Amino acid sequence: MKKYNAFYSVPYVLWLLLFVIAPLLLIVYQSFFNINGQLTLSNYQTYFGSGTYLRMTFNSIWYAFIITLVTLLISYPTAYWLSQTRHKQLWLLLIILPTWINLLLKAYAFIGIFSQAGAANHFLEFIGLGSQQLLFTKTSFIFVAAYIEIPFMILPIFNAIDELNPSLINASRDLGATNWQTFSKVVFPLTLNGVKAGVQAVFIPSLSLFMLTRLIGGNKVITLGTAIEEHFLVTQNWGMGSTIGVVLIVAMVVIMFATGERRKKGGHRE
Amino acid sequence: MKRKWYDWRNVYLWLVFLLLYAPIFYLIFYSFNAGTTMTHFTGFSWQHYAELFADTRMIEIVLDTLLIALLSSLLATIIGTLGALAIYGIKKVWLKNSILSLNNILMVSPDVIIGASFLIFFTFLGLRLGFSSVLLSHIAFSIPIVVLMVLPKLSEMNHSLIDAATDLGATNLQVLTRVVFPFITPGILTGFFMAFTYSLDDFAVTFFVTGNGFETLSVEIYARARQGISLEVNALSALMFLFSLLLIGGYYFIEQYNSSKKERRRNRMEAKLIK
Repeated sequence: MKKYNAFYSVPYVLWLLLFVIAPLLLIVYQSFFNINGQLTLSNYQTYFGSGTYLRMTFNSIWYAFIITLVTLLISYPTAYWLSQTRHKQLWLLLIILPTWINLLLKAYAFIGIFSQAGAANHFLEFIGLGSQQLLFTKTSFIFVAAYIEIPFMILPIFNAIDELNPSLINASRDLGATNWQTFSKVVFPLTLNGVKAGVQAVFIPSLSLFMLTRLIGGNKVITLGTAIEEHFLVTQNWGMGSTIGVVLIVAMVVIMFATGERRKKGGHRE
Repeated sequence: MKRKWYDWRNVYLWLVFLLLYAPIFYLIFYSFNAGTTMTHFTGFSWQHYAELFADTRMIEIVLDTLLIALLSSLLATIIGTLGALAIYGIKKVWLKNSILSLNNILMVSPDVIIGASFLIFFTFLGLRLGFSSVLLSHIAFSIPIVVLMVLPKLSEMNHSLIDAATDLGATNLQVLTRVVFPFITPGILTGFFMAFTYSLDDFAVTFFVTGNGFETLSVEIYARARQGISLEVNALSALMFLFSLLLIGGYYFIEQYNSSKKERRRNRMEAKLIK
Protein backbone atom coordinates (compact mmCIF):
# COMPACT_ATOMS: atom_id res chain seq x y z
CA MET A 1 0.00 0.00 0.00
CA LYS A 2 3.03 2.27 0.34
CA LYS A 3 3.06 3.34 -3.30
CA TYR A 4 -0.55 4.46 -3.21
CA ASN A 5 -0.16 6.36 0.01
CA ALA A 6 1.54 9.28 -1.69
CA PHE A 7 -1.18 9.30 -4.33
CA TYR A 8 -4.17 9.50 -2.08
CA SER A 9 -2.67 11.89 0.37
CA VAL A 10 -2.37 14.59 -2.32
CA PRO A 11 -5.90 16.11 -2.08
CA TYR A 12 -5.89 15.91 1.69
CA VAL A 13 -2.50 17.56 2.07
CA LEU A 14 -3.55 20.24 -0.41
CA TRP A 15 -6.61 20.88 1.75
CA LEU A 16 -4.43 21.13 4.88
CA LEU A 17 -2.13 23.63 3.20
CA LEU A 18 -4.75 25.72 1.40
CA PHE A 19 -7.69 25.74 3.78
CA VAL A 20 -6.16 25.23 7.21
CA ILE A 21 -2.68 26.70 7.24
CA ALA A 22 -2.94 29.41 4.58
CA PRO A 23 -6.09 31.12 5.94
CA LEU A 24 -4.67 31.16 9.47
CA LEU A 25 -1.42 32.71 8.26
CA LEU A 26 -3.36 35.18 6.12
CA ILE A 27 -5.49 36.38 9.01
CA VAL A 28 -2.33 37.01 11.07
CA TYR A 29 -0.70 38.70 8.06
CA GLN A 30 -3.77 40.86 7.41
CA SER A 31 -3.80 42.06 11.01
CA PHE A 32 -0.62 44.04 10.32
CA PHE A 33 -2.23 46.20 7.64
CA ASN A 34 -4.28 49.30 8.21
CA ILE A 35 -7.32 50.29 6.17
CA ASN A 36 -5.15 51.94 3.50
CA GLY A 37 -3.08 48.81 2.97
CA GLN A 38 0.04 50.00 4.78
CA LEU A 39 2.10 47.66 6.91
CA THR A 40 1.85 48.86 10.51
CA LEU A 41 1.33 47.79 14.07
CA SER A 42 -1.37 50.41 14.47
CA ASN A 43 -4.21 47.88 14.71
CA TYR A 44 -2.64 46.33 17.75
CA GLN A 45 -1.91 49.78 19.16
CA THR A 46 -5.56 50.75 18.70
CA TYR A 47 -6.71 47.47 20.17
CA PHE A 48 -4.60 47.63 23.31
CA GLY A 49 -4.47 51.40 23.53
CA SER A 50 -8.09 52.41 23.38
CA GLY A 51 -10.28 51.23 26.19
CA THR A 52 -13.17 50.48 23.81
CA TYR A 53 -11.75 47.29 22.33
CA LEU A 54 -10.45 45.96 25.62
CA ARG A 55 -13.80 46.66 27.27
CA MET A 56 -15.59 44.94 24.39
CA THR A 57 -13.32 41.88 24.73
CA PHE A 58 -13.87 41.76 28.46
CA ASN A 59 -17.64 42.06 28.00
CA SER A 60 -17.64 39.33 25.39
CA ILE A 61 -15.72 36.98 27.67
CA TRP A 62 -18.02 37.88 30.56
CA TYR A 63 -21.14 37.11 28.50
CA ALA A 64 -19.62 33.84 27.30
CA PHE A 65 -18.88 32.99 30.92
CA ILE A 66 -22.46 33.70 32.04
CA ILE A 67 -23.90 31.75 29.10
CA THR A 68 -21.63 28.80 29.89
CA LEU A 69 -22.53 28.92 33.58
CA VAL A 70 -26.30 29.07 32.94
CA THR A 71 -26.01 26.25 30.42
CA LEU A 72 -23.97 24.12 32.82
CA LEU A 73 -26.37 24.68 35.73
CA ILE A 74 -29.32 23.54 33.61
CA SER A 75 -27.49 20.76 31.78
CA TYR A 76 -25.75 18.89 34.58
CA PRO A 77 -28.91 17.87 36.47
CA THR A 78 -30.58 17.09 33.16
CA ALA A 79 -27.75 14.81 32.06
CA TYR A 80 -27.58 13.23 35.51
CA TRP A 81 -31.25 12.38 35.79
CA LEU A 82 -31.47 11.50 32.15
CA SER A 83 -28.84 8.81 32.65
CA GLN A 84 -31.09 7.23 35.31
CA THR A 85 -34.19 6.96 33.15
CA ARG A 86 -35.09 3.72 31.48
CA HIS A 87 -35.15 4.67 27.81
CA LYS A 88 -32.14 6.92 28.10
CA GLN A 89 -30.94 6.60 24.51
CA LEU A 90 -34.35 7.66 23.25
CA TRP A 91 -34.43 10.63 25.61
CA LEU A 92 -30.94 11.60 24.54
CA LEU A 93 -32.03 11.50 20.91
CA LEU A 94 -34.89 13.85 21.80
CA ILE A 95 -32.40 16.23 23.43
CA ILE A 96 -30.20 16.24 20.35
CA LEU A 97 -33.06 16.64 17.88
CA PRO A 98 -33.41 20.44 18.33
CA THR A 99 -29.77 20.91 17.30
CA TRP A 100 -30.78 19.76 13.83
CA ILE A 101 -33.05 22.74 13.45
CA ASN A 102 -31.27 25.63 11.83
CA LEU A 103 -29.96 28.04 14.46
CA LEU A 104 -31.45 31.02 12.68
CA LEU A 105 -34.93 29.56 12.77
CA LYS A 106 -34.63 29.14 16.53
CA ALA A 107 -33.46 32.73 16.89
CA TYR A 108 -36.35 33.80 14.66
CA ALA A 109 -38.81 31.94 16.89
CA PHE A 110 -37.63 34.00 19.84
CA ILE A 111 -38.21 37.23 17.94
CA GLY A 112 -41.88 36.22 17.99
CA ILE A 113 -41.94 34.87 21.54
CA PHE A 114 -40.17 37.84 23.11
CA SER A 115 -42.00 40.50 21.12
CA GLN A 116 -44.21 43.11 22.76
CA ALA A 117 -47.39 41.00 22.43
CA GLY A 118 -45.59 37.64 22.36
CA ALA A 119 -46.03 34.50 24.43
CA ALA A 120 -43.39 35.45 27.02
CA ASN A 121 -45.15 38.72 27.80
CA HIS A 122 -48.54 36.97 28.00
CA PHE A 123 -47.00 34.68 30.56
CA LEU A 124 -45.52 37.59 32.53
CA GLU A 125 -48.91 39.32 32.55
CA PHE A 126 -50.54 36.10 33.63
CA ILE A 127 -48.29 35.74 36.68
CA GLY A 128 -48.84 39.40 37.46
CA LEU A 129 -45.50 40.90 36.50
CA GLY A 130 -46.88 42.88 33.63
CA SER A 131 -45.55 43.23 30.14
CA GLN A 132 -41.89 44.15 29.68
CA GLN A 133 -39.48 45.00 26.93
CA LEU A 134 -37.87 41.58 26.38
CA LEU A 135 -36.48 41.58 22.88
CA PHE A 136 -33.25 43.48 22.30
CA THR A 137 -32.04 43.18 25.87
CA LYS A 138 -28.93 41.57 27.29
CA THR A 139 -31.00 39.07 29.25
CA SER A 140 -32.78 37.85 26.14
CA PHE A 141 -29.43 37.43 24.40
CA ILE A 142 -28.12 35.28 27.25
CA PHE A 143 -31.37 33.30 27.36
CA VAL A 144 -31.41 32.50 23.65
CA ALA A 145 -27.69 31.72 23.53
CA ALA A 146 -28.08 29.33 26.47
CA TYR A 147 -31.14 27.79 24.81
CA ILE A 148 -29.13 27.05 21.69
CA GLU A 149 -26.11 25.68 23.54
CA ILE A 150 -27.85 23.44 26.10
CA PRO A 151 -27.80 20.21 24.01
CA PHE A 152 -24.09 20.66 23.32
CA MET A 153 -23.48 20.77 27.05
CA ILE A 154 -25.80 17.88 27.96
CA LEU A 155 -24.27 15.44 25.48
CA PRO A 156 -20.66 15.27 26.76
CA ILE A 157 -21.79 15.31 30.40
CA PHE A 158 -24.30 12.55 29.71
CA ASN A 159 -21.59 10.45 28.06
CA ALA A 160 -19.27 10.94 31.04
CA ILE A 161 -21.98 9.98 33.53
CA ASP A 162 -23.02 7.03 31.43
CA GLU A 163 -19.45 5.70 31.44
CA LEU A 164 -19.24 6.00 35.21
CA ASN A 165 -19.01 2.65 36.92
CA PRO A 166 -22.13 2.31 39.14
CA SER A 167 -20.29 0.15 41.66
CA LEU A 168 -18.27 3.24 42.65
CA ILE A 169 -21.49 4.92 43.72
CA ASN A 170 -22.62 1.83 45.58
CA ALA A 171 -19.23 1.59 47.28
CA SER A 172 -19.47 5.21 48.37
CA ARG A 173 -22.97 4.64 49.80
CA ASP A 174 -21.89 1.45 51.55
CA LEU A 175 -19.06 3.31 53.19
CA GLY A 176 -21.56 5.70 54.70
CA ALA A 177 -21.38 8.74 52.44
CA THR A 178 -24.49 10.87 52.19
CA ASN A 179 -26.06 11.56 48.82
CA TRP A 180 -24.40 14.93 48.65
CA GLN A 181 -21.00 13.49 49.59
CA THR A 182 -21.35 10.78 46.98
CA PHE A 183 -22.13 13.41 44.40
CA SER A 184 -19.47 15.95 45.31
CA LYS A 185 -16.67 13.51 46.13
CA VAL A 186 -17.31 10.72 43.64
CA VAL A 187 -19.69 11.49 40.80
CA PHE A 188 -18.74 15.07 39.98
CA PRO A 189 -14.93 14.62 40.01
CA LEU A 190 -15.23 11.53 37.83
CA THR A 191 -17.41 13.30 35.28
CA LEU A 192 -15.30 16.44 35.20
CA ASN A 193 -13.94 15.56 31.77
CA GLY A 194 -17.44 15.65 30.35
CA VAL A 195 -18.00 19.03 31.98
CA LYS A 196 -14.75 20.32 30.50
CA ALA A 197 -15.68 19.10 27.03
CA GLY A 198 -19.08 20.74 27.41
CA VAL A 199 -17.59 24.03 28.60
CA GLN A 200 -15.29 24.02 25.62
CA ALA A 201 -18.16 23.29 23.24
CA VAL A 202 -20.20 26.17 24.64
CA PHE A 203 -17.67 28.84 25.60
CA ILE A 204 -15.85 29.21 22.28
CA PRO A 205 -18.97 29.58 20.10
CA SER A 206 -20.45 31.97 22.68
CA LEU A 207 -17.62 34.40 21.96
CA SER A 208 -18.63 34.59 18.34
CA LEU A 209 -22.43 34.43 18.11
CA PHE A 210 -22.81 37.56 16.02
CA MET A 211 -26.18 36.67 14.51
CA LEU A 212 -27.79 36.46 17.95
CA THR A 213 -26.36 39.79 19.05
CA ARG A 214 -27.92 41.30 15.94
CA LEU A 215 -31.29 39.53 15.96
CA ILE A 216 -31.94 39.16 19.69
CA GLY A 217 -29.47 41.45 21.46
CA GLY A 218 -30.39 44.41 19.27
CA ASN A 219 -26.73 45.52 19.18
CA LYS A 220 -26.77 46.07 22.95
CA VAL A 221 -24.33 43.19 23.28
CA ILE A 222 -21.18 43.24 21.20
CA THR A 223 -19.17 40.05 21.20
CA LEU A 224 -15.81 39.43 19.56
CA GLY A 225 -17.73 37.80 16.72
CA THR A 226 -19.94 40.85 16.23
CA ALA A 227 -16.88 43.09 16.10
CA ILE A 228 -15.20 40.87 13.51
CA GLU A 229 -18.32 40.74 11.35
CA GLU A 230 -18.73 44.51 11.63
CA HIS A 231 -15.15 45.16 10.54
CA PHE A 232 -15.14 42.68 7.70
CA LEU A 233 -18.57 43.16 6.20
CA VAL A 234 -19.71 46.61 7.25
CA THR A 235 -16.79 49.01 7.71
CA GLN A 236 -14.48 46.96 5.46
CA ASN A 237 -11.56 47.49 7.84
CA TRP A 238 -10.14 43.99 7.41
CA GLY A 239 -6.92 44.76 9.26
CA MET A 240 -8.71 45.64 12.49
CA GLY A 241 -11.11 42.73 12.01
CA SER A 242 -8.16 40.37 11.64
CA THR A 243 -6.55 41.79 14.76
CA ILE A 244 -9.68 40.97 16.74
CA GLY A 245 -9.68 37.60 15.00
CA VAL A 246 -6.14 36.95 16.24
CA VAL A 247 -7.30 37.84 19.76
CA LEU A 248 -10.20 35.40 19.41
CA ILE A 249 -7.82 32.66 18.21
CA VAL A 250 -5.57 33.29 21.22
CA ALA A 251 -8.61 33.15 23.53
CA MET A 252 -9.62 29.86 21.90
CA VAL A 253 -6.17 28.33 22.38
CA VAL A 254 -6.14 29.42 26.04
CA ILE A 255 -9.55 27.82 26.62
CA MET A 256 -8.50 24.63 24.88
CA PHE A 257 -5.45 24.34 27.08
CA ALA A 258 -7.48 25.14 30.17
CA THR A 259 -10.11 22.52 29.42
CA GLY A 260 -7.63 19.94 28.21
CA GLU A 261 -9.53 17.82 25.74
CA ARG A 262 -9.51 18.63 22.09
CA ARG A 263 -12.94 17.86 20.80
CA LYS A 264 -15.90 19.93 19.92
CA LYS A 265 -18.24 19.36 17.05
CA GLY A 266 -17.18 15.73 16.79
CA GLY A 267 -18.80 15.04 20.11
CA HIS A 268 -21.83 17.11 19.24
CA ARG A 269 -24.20 14.87 17.47
CA GLU A 270 -23.60 11.26 18.01
CA MET B 1 -34.77 2.41 39.04
CA LYS B 2 -38.43 3.06 38.57
CA ARG B 3 -39.81 6.48 39.22
CA LYS B 4 -43.30 7.85 39.17
CA TRP B 5 -43.82 10.38 36.39
CA TYR B 6 -44.48 13.16 38.88
CA ASP B 7 -41.21 12.56 40.73
CA TRP B 8 -39.58 15.99 40.90
CA ARG B 9 -36.56 14.78 38.93
CA ASN B 10 -38.84 13.76 36.10
CA VAL B 11 -40.73 17.02 36.36
CA TYR B 12 -37.39 18.78 35.89
CA LEU B 13 -36.63 16.71 32.80
CA TRP B 14 -40.08 17.46 31.40
CA LEU B 15 -39.50 21.17 31.96
CA VAL B 16 -36.20 21.02 30.08
CA PHE B 17 -37.88 19.22 27.19
CA LEU B 18 -40.66 21.77 27.19
CA LEU B 19 -38.08 24.55 27.07
CA LEU B 20 -36.23 22.89 24.20
CA TYR B 21 -39.28 22.18 22.08
CA ALA B 22 -41.64 25.06 22.87
CA PRO B 23 -39.97 27.59 20.55
CA ILE B 24 -39.90 25.13 17.67
CA PHE B 25 -43.55 24.24 17.99
CA TYR B 26 -44.44 27.87 18.55
CA LEU B 27 -42.86 28.61 15.21
CA ILE B 28 -44.67 25.78 13.45
CA PHE B 29 -48.00 26.60 15.12
CA TYR B 30 -48.03 30.14 13.74
CA SER B 31 -47.22 28.93 10.25
CA PHE B 32 -50.91 27.96 10.10
CA ASN B 33 -52.06 31.39 11.22
CA ALA B 34 -54.53 33.12 8.93
CA GLY B 35 -53.24 36.47 10.18
CA THR B 36 -49.78 37.87 9.60
CA THR B 37 -48.30 38.10 13.10
CA MET B 38 -46.57 35.58 15.34
CA THR B 39 -48.61 36.76 18.33
CA HIS B 40 -52.31 36.57 17.51
CA PHE B 41 -53.72 33.39 16.08
CA THR B 42 -56.76 34.41 14.09
CA GLY B 43 -57.63 31.16 12.38
CA PHE B 44 -56.29 28.17 10.52
CA SER B 45 -55.05 28.60 6.98
CA TRP B 46 -52.56 27.18 4.52
CA GLN B 47 -52.00 30.56 2.91
CA HIS B 48 -48.39 30.96 4.05
CA TYR B 49 -47.53 27.60 2.55
CA ALA B 50 -49.18 28.68 -0.67
CA GLU B 51 -47.10 31.89 -0.61
CA LEU B 52 -43.98 29.86 0.01
CA PHE B 53 -44.58 27.55 -2.94
CA ALA B 54 -45.39 30.51 -5.18
CA ASP B 55 -42.16 32.24 -4.18
CA THR B 56 -39.85 31.15 -7.00
CA ARG B 57 -36.89 33.04 -5.53
CA MET B 58 -37.23 31.08 -2.28
CA ILE B 59 -37.52 27.78 -4.13
CA GLU B 60 -34.42 28.63 -6.11
CA ILE B 61 -32.55 29.33 -2.87
CA VAL B 62 -33.72 26.02 -1.38
CA LEU B 63 -32.50 24.16 -4.46
CA ASP B 64 -29.15 25.99 -4.40
CA THR B 65 -28.74 25.15 -0.71
CA LEU B 66 -29.44 21.47 -1.35
CA LEU B 67 -27.08 21.44 -4.33
CA ILE B 68 -24.28 23.00 -2.27
CA ALA B 69 -24.92 20.54 0.57
CA LEU B 70 -24.92 17.53 -1.73
CA LEU B 71 -21.87 18.51 -3.78
CA SER B 72 -19.82 19.68 -0.82
CA SER B 73 -20.56 16.62 1.30
CA LEU B 74 -19.79 14.30 -1.60
CA LEU B 75 -16.43 15.93 -2.36
CA ALA B 76 -15.59 16.30 1.33
CA THR B 77 -16.33 12.60 1.82
CA ILE B 78 -13.97 11.62 -1.00
CA ILE B 79 -11.11 13.87 0.13
CA GLY B 80 -11.70 13.08 3.80
CA THR B 81 -11.71 9.32 3.23
CA LEU B 82 -8.48 9.52 1.24
CA GLY B 83 -7.06 11.69 4.03
CA ALA B 84 -8.05 9.15 6.66
CA LEU B 85 -6.32 6.42 4.62
CA ALA B 86 -3.22 8.60 4.38
CA ILE B 87 -3.21 9.31 8.13
CA TYR B 88 -3.76 5.62 8.84
CA GLY B 89 -0.67 4.80 6.77
CA ILE B 90 1.60 7.14 8.74
CA LYS B 91 3.93 5.23 11.02
CA LYS B 92 5.60 8.06 12.95
CA VAL B 93 3.51 8.89 16.01
CA TRP B 94 4.47 12.57 16.26
CA LEU B 95 3.67 13.16 12.60
CA LYS B 96 0.32 11.45 12.94
CA ASN B 97 -0.56 13.48 16.01
CA SER B 98 0.44 16.79 14.49
CA ILE B 99 -1.57 16.09 11.34
CA LEU B 100 -4.55 15.17 13.50
CA SER B 101 -4.18 18.45 15.40
CA LEU B 102 -4.11 20.36 12.13
CA ASN B 103 -7.14 18.38 11.00
CA ASN B 104 -9.06 19.49 14.09
CA ILE B 105 -8.29 23.19 13.76
CA LEU B 106 -11.37 23.84 11.63
CA MET B 107 -13.49 21.78 14.02
CA VAL B 108 -12.75 23.96 17.05
CA SER B 109 -12.37 27.34 15.37
CA PRO B 110 -15.30 29.70 15.80
CA ASP B 111 -17.30 30.14 12.60
CA VAL B 112 -16.44 33.82 12.28
CA ILE B 113 -12.73 33.01 12.20
CA ILE B 114 -13.25 30.41 9.49
CA GLY B 115 -15.46 32.80 7.54
CA ALA B 116 -13.15 35.80 7.86
CA SER B 117 -9.98 33.89 7.05
CA PHE B 118 -11.60 32.20 4.02
CA LEU B 119 -12.80 35.61 2.84
CA ILE B 120 -9.23 36.94 3.00
CA PHE B 121 -7.99 33.79 1.28
CA PHE B 122 -10.48 33.97 -1.62
CA THR B 123 -9.86 37.68 -2.12
CA PHE B 124 -6.12 37.02 -2.05
CA LEU B 125 -6.57 34.41 -4.80
CA GLY B 126 -8.81 36.76 -6.76
CA LEU B 127 -11.70 34.29 -6.75
CA ARG B 128 -15.11 35.86 -7.35
CA LEU B 129 -17.40 35.40 -4.37
CA GLY B 130 -20.48 33.35 -5.08
CA PHE B 131 -21.40 29.73 -5.71
CA SER B 132 -17.81 28.51 -6.05
CA SER B 133 -16.48 30.24 -2.94
CA VAL B 134 -19.39 28.94 -0.86
CA LEU B 135 -18.92 25.43 -2.26
CA LEU B 136 -15.17 25.46 -1.57
CA SER B 137 -15.71 26.68 2.01
CA HIS B 138 -18.32 24.02 2.70
CA ILE B 139 -16.03 21.31 1.37
CA ALA B 140 -13.20 22.70 3.48
CA PHE B 141 -15.03 22.77 6.80
CA SER B 142 -16.65 19.36 6.25
CA ILE B 143 -13.45 17.42 5.53
CA PRO B 144 -12.26 17.10 9.17
CA ILE B 145 -15.51 15.52 10.38
CA VAL B 146 -15.30 12.89 7.61
CA VAL B 147 -11.71 12.09 8.64
CA LEU B 148 -12.80 11.77 12.26
CA MET B 149 -15.62 9.40 11.32
CA VAL B 150 -13.56 7.18 9.00
CA LEU B 151 -10.33 6.96 11.00
CA PRO B 152 -11.74 4.92 13.94
CA LYS B 153 -13.16 2.40 11.46
CA LEU B 154 -9.71 2.00 9.92
CA SER B 155 -8.14 1.51 13.33
CA GLU B 156 -10.79 -1.07 14.19
CA MET B 157 -9.86 -3.06 11.11
CA ASN B 158 -7.70 -6.07 11.79
CA HIS B 159 -4.43 -5.59 9.95
CA SER B 160 -4.09 -9.28 9.23
CA LEU B 161 -7.01 -8.90 6.83
CA ILE B 162 -4.79 -6.76 4.61
CA ASP B 163 -1.83 -9.10 5.06
CA ALA B 164 -3.97 -12.08 4.17
CA ALA B 165 -5.30 -10.37 1.03
CA THR B 166 -1.79 -9.40 -0.05
CA ASP B 167 -0.49 -12.92 0.64
CA LEU B 168 -3.27 -14.33 -1.50
CA GLY B 169 -2.04 -12.18 -4.37
CA ALA B 170 -4.38 -9.20 -4.30
CA THR B 171 -3.03 -6.04 -5.87
CA ASN B 172 -3.00 -2.82 -3.87
CA LEU B 173 -6.10 -1.60 -5.67
CA GLN B 174 -7.90 -4.86 -4.96
CA VAL B 175 -6.96 -4.68 -1.29
CA LEU B 176 -8.38 -1.20 -1.18
CA THR B 177 -11.64 -1.85 -3.02
CA ARG B 178 -12.39 -5.40 -1.86
CA VAL B 179 -11.12 -5.37 1.73
CA VAL B 180 -10.65 -1.88 3.10
CA PHE B 181 -13.61 -0.02 1.59
CA PRO B 182 -16.29 -2.54 2.51
CA PHE B 183 -15.02 -2.49 6.06
CA ILE B 184 -15.00 1.29 6.48
CA THR B 185 -18.23 2.00 4.56
CA PRO B 186 -20.27 2.68 7.73
CA GLY B 187 -17.75 5.35 8.76
CA ILE B 188 -17.83 6.87 5.28
CA LEU B 189 -21.64 7.01 5.29
CA THR B 190 -21.75 8.63 8.73
CA GLY B 191 -19.11 11.13 7.60
CA PHE B 192 -21.09 11.98 4.48
CA PHE B 193 -24.19 12.45 6.53
CA MET B 194 -22.51 14.73 9.05
CA ALA B 195 -20.94 16.77 6.24
CA PHE B 196 -24.38 17.14 4.65
CA THR B 197 -25.96 18.47 7.84
CA TYR B 198 -22.99 20.77 8.54
CA SER B 199 -23.46 22.29 5.14
CA LEU B 200 -27.24 22.71 5.56
CA ASP B 201 -26.82 24.23 9.02
CA ASP B 202 -24.02 26.61 8.29
CA PHE B 203 -24.73 30.28 8.44
CA ALA B 204 -21.71 32.26 9.62
CA VAL B 205 -19.09 30.94 7.19
CA THR B 206 -21.46 31.25 4.23
CA PHE B 207 -22.44 34.75 5.30
CA PHE B 208 -18.81 35.85 5.03
CA VAL B 209 -17.94 34.27 1.70
CA THR B 210 -21.20 34.53 -0.20
CA GLY B 211 -20.80 37.95 -1.79
CA ASN B 212 -23.85 39.59 -3.34
CA GLY B 213 -25.26 37.36 -6.02
CA PHE B 214 -25.63 34.02 -4.29
CA GLU B 215 -27.62 33.04 -1.23
CA THR B 216 -28.23 29.96 0.83
CA LEU B 217 -31.25 29.34 2.99
CA SER B 218 -29.60 30.38 6.26
CA VAL B 219 -28.45 33.68 4.79
CA GLU B 220 -31.92 34.33 3.40
CA ILE B 221 -33.59 33.55 6.73
CA TYR B 222 -31.18 35.92 8.46
CA ALA B 223 -31.98 38.69 6.00
CA ARG B 224 -35.73 38.17 6.44
CA ALA B 225 -35.53 37.88 10.22
CA ARG B 226 -33.75 41.22 10.38
CA GLN B 227 -36.70 42.78 8.60
CA GLY B 228 -39.16 41.35 11.11
CA ILE B 229 -41.78 38.64 11.11
CA SER B 230 -42.91 37.02 7.88
CA LEU B 231 -44.98 33.92 8.36
CA GLU B 232 -43.60 32.50 5.14
CA VAL B 233 -40.44 31.84 7.17
CA ASN B 234 -42.60 29.95 9.69
CA ALA B 235 -44.01 27.78 6.93
CA LEU B 236 -40.49 27.16 5.70
CA SER B 237 -39.32 26.22 9.18
CA ALA B 238 -42.15 23.70 9.52
CA LEU B 239 -41.07 22.07 6.28
CA MET B 240 -37.43 22.11 7.35
CA PHE B 241 -38.39 20.50 10.65
CA LEU B 242 -40.07 17.68 8.73
CA PHE B 243 -37.00 17.41 6.52
CA SER B 244 -34.68 17.11 9.54
CA LEU B 245 -36.93 14.41 10.97
CA LEU B 246 -36.59 12.52 7.70
CA LEU B 247 -32.82 12.97 7.72
CA ILE B 248 -32.56 11.73 11.29
CA GLY B 249 -34.78 8.79 10.43
CA GLY B 250 -32.50 8.00 7.50
CA TYR B 251 -29.42 8.34 9.66
CA TYR B 252 -30.73 5.99 12.33
CA PHE B 253 -31.80 3.56 9.65
CA ILE B 254 -28.22 3.48 8.32
CA GLU B 255 -26.81 3.05 11.83
CA GLN B 256 -29.29 0.31 12.64
CA TYR B 257 -28.58 -1.43 9.35
CA ASN B 258 -24.84 -1.28 9.94
CA SER B 259 -25.00 -2.58 13.47
CA SER B 260 -27.42 -5.36 12.60
CA LYS B 261 -25.21 -6.37 9.67
CA LYS B 262 -22.21 -6.48 11.96
CA GLU B 263 -24.24 -8.48 14.45
CA ARG B 264 -25.27 -10.98 11.80
CA ARG B 265 -21.70 -11.34 10.62
CA ARG B 266 -20.53 -11.91 14.16
CA ASN B 267 -23.21 -14.52 14.73
CA ARG B 268 -22.22 -16.29 11.55
CA MET B 269 -18.56 -16.31 12.59
CA GLU B 270 -19.42 -17.63 16.00
CA ALA B 271 -21.57 -20.34 14.46
CA LYS B 272 -18.65 -21.38 12.30
CA LEU B 273 -16.30 -21.46 15.27
CA ILE B 274 -18.65 -23.71 17.17
CA LYS B 275 -18.80 -26.11 14.26
